[in-house]
Formats: sequence, C-alpha cells, structure tokens
Amino acid sequence: MELSSTLASFTPDLFMHNFAEAEPGLTHKGAIEESNRCLYCYDAPCITACPTGINIPSFIKRIATDNLKGAAYTIMDANPVGASCARVCPTEELCEGACVLNESSKPIDIGRLQRYATDWAIEKDASLFEAGIPNEKKVAVIGGGPAGLAAARELAREGFSVVIYESKPLAGGLDTHGIVSFRLPQSISLWEVEQVRKLGVDIRTHMKVGTDITAEQLLTEYDAVVLAAGMGYVPPIKIEGEQLQGVYDAIQLVEQTKTGQPHVNLIGKKVAVIGAGNTAIDGATCSVRLGASNVKMVYRRTREEMTAYDFEYEFAKQEGVEFNWLTLPKRIIGDATGKVTHLECVQMKLTGELGKDGRLVPMPVEGSEFLMPVDAVVTAIGQERRTDLIEHFGLEHTWGVVKIDTTTHRTSNPKVYAAGDIIFGSGQGEAMVVSAAQQGKLAAYAISQHLLAQEDHSLRSIV
Amino acid sequence: MADLSIDLAGIRSPNPFWLASAPPTNTGYQVQRAFEAGWGGAVWKTLGDPIINTSARFAAINFNGQRVAGFNNIELISDRPLDVNLKEIYETKKRFPNHAVIASLMVEPTQYKWHEIVKRVEDVGVDGLELNFGCPHGMAERGMGAASGQQPDLVQAQTTWAKEVATTPVIVKLTPNITDITVVARHAVKGGADAISLINTINSLAGVDIHSWNTIPHVGGKGAHGGYCGPAVKPIALNMLAECARDMNVGVPISGIGGISTWQDVVEFMLMGATGIQVCTAAMHHGFRIVEEMIDGLNNYLDDKGLSSVTELIGQSVSRYSNWGDLDLNYQVVARINEENCINCNKCHIACEDTSHQCIDMLTNAEGKSILQVREEDCVGCNLCSIVCPVDGAIDMIEIQNGMAPMSWNDRQKMIGSLNDSYTGAEVIG
Ligand SMILES: Cc1cc2nc3c(=O)[nH]c(=O)nc-3n(C[C@H](O)[C@H](O)[C@H](O)COP(=O)(O)OP(=O)(O)OC[C@H]3O[C@@H](n4cnc5c(N)ncnc54)[C@H](O)[C@@H]3O)c2cc1C
Ligand SMILES: Cc1cc2nc3c(=O)[nH]c(=O)nc-3n(C[C@H](O)[C@H](O)[C@H](O)COP(=O)(O)O)c2cc1C
Ligand code: SF4
Repeated sequence: MELSSTLASFTPDLFMHNFAEAEPGLTHKGAIEESNRCLYCYDAPCITACPTGINIPSFIKRIATDNLKGAAYTIMDANPVGASCARVCPTEELCEGACVLNESSKPIDIGRLQRYATDWAIEKDASLFEAGIPNEKKVAVIGGGPAGLAAARELAREGFSVVIYESKPLAGGLDTHGIVSFRLPQSISLWEVEQVRKLGVDIRTHMKVGTDITAEQLLTEYDAVVLAAGMGYVPPIKIEGEQLQGVYDAIQLVEQTKTGQPHVNLIGKKVAVIGAGNTAIDGATCSVRLGASNVKMVYRRTREEMTAYDFEYEFAKQEGVEFNWLTLPKRIIGDATGKVTHLECVQMKLTGELGKDGRLVPMPVEGSEFLMPVDAVVTAIGQERRTDLIEHFGLEHTWGVVKIDTTTHRTSNPKVYAAGDIIFGSGQGEAMVVSAAQQGKLAAYAISQHLLAQEDHSLRSIV
Repeated sequence: MADLSIDLAGIRSPNPFWLASAPPTNTGYQVQRAFEAGWGGAVWKTLGDPIINTSARFAAINFNGQRVAGFNNIELISDRPLDVNLKEIYETKKRFPNHAVIASLMVEPTQYKWHEIVKRVEDVGVDGLELNFGCPHGMAERGMGAASGQQPDLVQAQTTWAKEVATTPVIVKLTPNITDITVVARHAVKGGADAISLINTINSLAGVDIHSWNTIPHVGGKGAHGGYCGPAVKPIALNMLAECARDMNVGVPISGIGGISTWQDVVEFMLMGATGIQVCTAAMHHGFRIVEEMIDGLNNYLDDKGLSSVTELIGQSVSRYSNWGDLDLNYQVVARINEENCINCNKCHIACEDTSHQCIDMLTNAEGKSILQVREEDCVGCNLCSIVCPVDGAIDMIEIQNGMAPMSWNDRQKMIGSLNDSYTGAEVIG
C-alpha cells in the first residue's frame, strides 16, 4: 500500500488509512472457488494442526454450500476467538501447513475462508450460542484476553455463572490492545468480547485483581478461579539511556494506536527497533505506518535465529523495514534536552558454538562499535511476567511461569486454574492467540468436570 | 429450530435424509454407522436372489478439476445371502427403532416370488418396502429391474402382487430410462403403490480410454452399459419428479432421488414435490458425515424462512411448473450489465455475438475505458450472457414492463381458433 508521506502532520484520515486492515477479505466468488477446492478430507490433518481443533473441512463445505451461519458456528464453537485467529494465526505453520494439497498443488487458504465466514457473522451480528441451564456454581476469570474469554464462554455454555475481572477499560487482551490494527482491527476482538457477554458473562472492566479486589476475596466468593492475566509490557533492556525521550516500549506503542490516533510523533523519523520476535515486527511495521522515514530492526543474531514467523518477516520487508543482523545495541545516546540521537551498537559474529537453547552463540567483534543515528528507539525484547499477581495467589511458578497440571490446567492451589500467556514458557505451549484460547477451553472443561462431578456425588448421597 | 421429521406414506423418519439403496446400505454395520452420523432413514441394498458382481464396477466423470460430477456403475443388487441381510436389518431396526429402514426388493416377475420375499422381509420388522424396477443393467437382462420397469403393465402387476401381502407401505422405485415417466408412475399407483421414488440410474457409458481404447470402466478389456447418477443427473431427476408431482393421476407421496449432494438440492426436491429424499453418490464421495452439513444447512434455511417444519416445503413450487403452452409470451426480460462489477472478460459479448442475437456492444467510454453494453431493444432475454458471466452481480436480467397483457401460446391458439370459428360460422349463415 501507499503509506504516509513525510508530511509534518498526521491527519486523522491518514491515520485511518495507514491503520486500516491491510489484507483484503475474500470476495464471494473467491470464497466459492476456494471452498470448492477443499477436498473435505476425512480425519483431516488441518483439524489436528489447529490447536483449537476447528472442524475445518466442515466449515469450508458450509461456505461452499452457502451456509455461512453454519460455517461461522463450526469455527466459533471450537474457537471463541475464531475471527481474530482468522487474521493473526501463523496458518502456514498450523492448519495450512498441514493441508494435504501442499504437495500436490497449493494449500487451501483456510485463514481467509475462516475470515470470510466470521466476517459474515460479524456483519449480521449473528447469535451463535446460548448460555447453559444455570447450575448455581460461580467462577471468576482474571483477564479478558483470548484465554479468559474462551474459558468464560465455555463455562457459560455449561451453565456456570461467570465474572471476568479485567484491569483495562476494554476486554479482549492483546487482541484488543496489542496486535496492530492493520492486521487485526479492534472491532473484531470487541465483537468476540460481545459474544461472550451475550451469554450472560459479567465482564467487569477497570478491575485489577490484586489492587481492586484481592485473591482472598475471589477464592472465598467463587467455586473456582481461572487465572488468565497474560504477560506484561516489555521489560527493561538494561542499557544506558533507556529513560531518554524517544524510547518506546513496542507493546505500549501499538496499544496507543489501537484506541485512536497516538500522541507519539514518528513522522519523518529514523527508528531503531530492538528485538526480532513478532512483537518487534509489530513495533517496526507500526512505526512505518506512523510515518517513520526509516525503520531498522537491530538483532544480535541472524535471520536463522529470529523467532518471528515467516509471514511476519515477509510483511515487514514489504513495508520497507530494514534488518541489521548481528548487531548488538550497547547504549542509547541523547542530546542536551534528553532526546534520543544515536544508538551505539557493536557488530557480532557467530562463534560456531551452540548455546544451551541450541542456537549459535554470537560474540561481539572487538573494536566494531559504531553509532547509528536515530530519532527513536522501540524496545521489543519480550514481555514481563506477572510474578506479583501469581505470588499474590501464592501459586507455584518458575520465573513467573505458573506451574500447572497440563491436562487439567490446575495450579498448585486446587481452586485455581491457569491458561494463556501466563503459563507460556518452560515448555508449556506457545504464546499464540489460538493456544491461549484452547487452554482457556481446557481449563473450563476441567472446572466443569470437577465441580459438576462433585455435584453428582452430593446428589447421589441425597438419594 | 424447525422440526425436520417427515412421514412418507406412513413411514416416519426423524429427518428427510435417507440413504438410497446402493453400496452405502449394503450391511448392518454401514447402515448403523449412517444413522449414527445423522441419516434419518436407509433403503437397504436391493434384496433378491444373490448375484455375482464384476471387479471394476464404478467410474466417474470429472468436470474441470472437480471430481465426481457424475458417477457410473455396473453393480447389481445385493451379493450377500438374504438370511444375512435379514438378520442385520432386524438388528439395525432394534438399535434404531425410530429411524426408517426400508427394504428394497427385486425378484422375478411372478406372484409367488413377490409374496415370498415381502413376507420374509416384513417378518424382520422393516418400516416399508421399495420395489426396485429401475436397475438398468445386469438385472434387466434377466427380466428384472428396468426391464420390468419399462413395461407399465408389469409394474402394475408386480405392485399388485407385493401389495396383496404387504402390511407396510409400498414404494415403487421408477427407472428414468423411459419416454414418459408418468405413465409408469400411474401404473404403479393403479397397482396400489403407497408412494413412488425416483430416479434410479440412467443408461450410460462413462467414457472410452483414448490411449488403451478400452471402455471406462472395463472388466478385463470389455465394458457394458451402466447406470449414471450423481450431481450431473439432478436436472433430469428434478423434471421427472415435477412431472409426477403435478400429475393428478399419480397423487401419491414421492421420495426424490438423483444427484442430491447439498442441502440446497434437498430444498429444491422438496419444493418440487418430494416428501423426503434419498442420496447415494454424495455419500459415496464424502462418507456419511456429509449429512451433517446437509442437516445444518437445511436447519438454518428453515429458520431464516421462518418455517417450523420441513414439511412446509413439500410441493410449494409444483404449481409453478406447467406446460410451455401456458407460458406468457408477452413477459419480457432484458440483460443489463453493471459496469462496476464487470471484469471485462468479454465472454458475454462473444456468446451473444456468435451464438445468440448480437446485441452486446464492446465500447469505449468517455474516460477511454472499455465497457460492454446491451442494446436492450434487440435483446430477446435468453439469459445466455448472464449464464456465461463469471462474476457476481455483473449482469442482471431485468423485467421490462412492456404494457402488454399476458398471452400464452394456448391463449393465442384459442383466440385464433375462435376468430376462425366466427369466420366459418358467418359463412355458414351467409
Ligand atoms: C505485539 C504482539 C503481537 C502478537 N502477534 C500475535 C500474532 O500475530 N498471532 C498470535 O497468535 N499471537 C500473537 N501474539 C501473542 C498473543 O497476543 C498472546 O499469546 C495472547 O493474547 C495471549 O492471550 P492471554 O489471554 O493469555 O493474554 P492477554 O491477551 O495478554 O490477556 C490478558 C488480559 O488480562 C488482563 N489482566 C492482566 N492483569 C490483570 C489483573 N491483575 N487483573 C485483571 N486483569 C488483568 C490484561 O489487561 C489482559 O486484558 C502477539 C503478542 C504481542 C505482544
Ligand atoms: C454403485 C451403485 C449401486 C446401486 N445399486 C442400487 C440398487 O441395488 N438398488 C437400487 O434401487 N438402486 C441402486 N442404485 C441407484 C441409487 O439408489 C440411486 O437411485 C441413484 O444412485 C441416484 O442417486 P444419486 O445421484 O444420489 O447417486 C445404485 C447406485 C450406485 C451408484
Ligand atoms: S474403495 Fe478401493 S479399497 Fe475399497 S473396495 Fe473399492 S477399490 Fe478396494
């Protein structure tokens, strides 16, 4: 797309233009052609490859036969955030990567078909689900992101009375606040939130657990608690100059663009982004669309080791983002007024040795320090853990990763279950919207099984 | 959610989706799997004296990369012993008392044979019988199937024989390999049929292998005509259904068969007079699970239409199907091209120019852009351009109010006739 010029002012129109969804949806003809290409495999590998196990051939057949409501139902039934996932899932690695047509022709465009069906449901504001018959049990969900929403939705369908506590003014988690609008418009995530609310789930925003309400209160008031508070902002990178004016946290930068035009002014500026994961890419493309004249990603390893998905990397390249591999930022330098002027870096080389993580270890090249002139620095080296909250509940954890029983998602406190990014790390899944949703579902099923089985017991003892 | 249950001449089933008598209903294992998947009924693979099948039995027609647009087979009736089938029917019915299990039958055209088989299958508790007068190959050469189905008297006689002993409803399955299907349908009804089902397969040869010069399929280098079914036969089935549905002398419920593979097909068949439908090829192509998509689509459609029962669809379009002579010759539509949706493939132009009425012009507009335009005064409203147009909403067929009163060919002939009458009348008087 044609992006903003170096105009000094960023008009609302230009902002809307730059942050509108970049990828077009399928047309009716496109959807019919693509859906009829699907083989409708039996025991299809795409279903297994989808963490939420959407019955993909079924929803595609429903699109092919003009039953969009049925298609949307199949998707949203398995994945309460299926409309967001249609846009942000790394489909090449998941469903589409498993499509049997990869070898013989080309994989079905599952993501865009999923978007086609869910877009229909959004446009028609279709009601797809109903709350279950009330069962008198109460569950509190902490965090209204993908994991929390999924847990709440499944519990509501089972008849539980559910309250979501969400610290922000809007629910939806990173789908609402953290993933750039030109990949995922906020309205999509908010529609998913509305679907959950419509089942009678009480979504209490501006409620930070640990501050506005304590763990103890929740544990006494509810039969079970789902901890789905995700992760935090970008941690400090611990180099000199981090406090200078013009240094931004990638997630906060994106967040500002999600709710409207941000105050940050990057027009015509040179931006360095530190990191090479998906957050870094979002920080970089976001900077481009905020009008930066040059955006460089600074990463101490190479393309091989970077963790961003291929499609993200390709997208960033298309957006004109430059990549400085084997470059380690050492300090940020500012002028007398406290504004960023340079990023001091050192060149790295790969030693050929493998580190503990199995990746090649980079080493600084002596004397290769150089100054990169920049007007802004965006940090994106991961996300902070919510250790305080976890400890407030007294849960066992390793470095902020809540310990769970991987089948039941139960934590060290039998009343507390955890799902989503808060359990990501230490081999517990991947930080993806779709896995967060699946974990939320699993936690809900475990709670339901546990609490309703108890009920059966007590009923039996009455009889 | 609407009520999907139907009652076809006294045979009740939880939904209108039945498996047709064919390989999918060959065994109890299969029929029970089908019921688990959601099918409401099954017509068992035709029972009779067991036969021997050939190896290589099926072939299909693929159309532009889509597989199984049409399906061809040279398979005969059940090749399993009658006793085994009867035992499995009994077990299936016991496990699924609310599903419809219908026995399809084919025996030599004698009264004794019909009495014998009807009694035996009714003993195991079937919900109804379907007399197979339709199989076009193999059995016909033995005087059964289509051979007897093509002789209206024989259809009537055999139906009578079956009815003499039957205590459950009798459906007569008709062959499409005949000039006027209503003749046979009427004879079935005269013989006492409680319902008819149609169509069975159409005589066909799937193809010839241009490299080996063998027929497709071939059995050791030789082929024989087979029966055609699958999506390609739907229009033929739909017409035969409609002709029977609007024939007052047929007047019995109809089980619609032939090319049904989506819920939309089901709606069409029911609107054209089917009380329920049967499916074979779609199940063979996709497995029993295809019924889930059909049920879901039908449910959502009925909800959208605000209908509370699927039976409200039955026959709604029958009265709109009439004779060519009754069509209004003054009704007029013309093609109109919507520039904003047109992708300039020019297919409408060349179709009209070469094969219709030469009224779509290729022009350049004021901005120098190529456009296509219909000269409406020359357009005969044949629909061809809108048929070949590959995109949605680029060509609409627009109804023109030409101010002329409706006039059909029959009206016209009547009018001319009465003018002639009055003319000759005048002469006589004169
Ligand atoms: C920039 C960026 C880009 C990403 N891109 C992708 C992508 O393309 N594809 C993909 O699959 N994944 C992507 N991810 C990852 C994905 O967003 C997460 O894995 C997913 O959102 C995790 O869901 P969650 O519900 O566990 O946590 P979150 O989405 O973080 O939601 C947690 C919620 O809990 C709330 N909360 C926190 N603390 C409290 C408290 N004390 N009391 C009450 N509420 C609280 C938060 O406000 C938040 O709403 C991206 C992440 C980032 C940061
Ligand atoms: C392989 C095969 C075997 C069939 N065998 C029978 C049969 O034994 N008895 C019968 O009445 N019809 C038989 N039929 C016809 C089907 O019941 C059905 O009428 C026909 O296939 C049209 O429906 P479809 O287009 O859904 O396949 C057979 C069809 C096929 C494809
Ligand atoms: S479907 Fe294939 S494997 Fe099965 S019987 Fe037929 S030819 Fe054999």
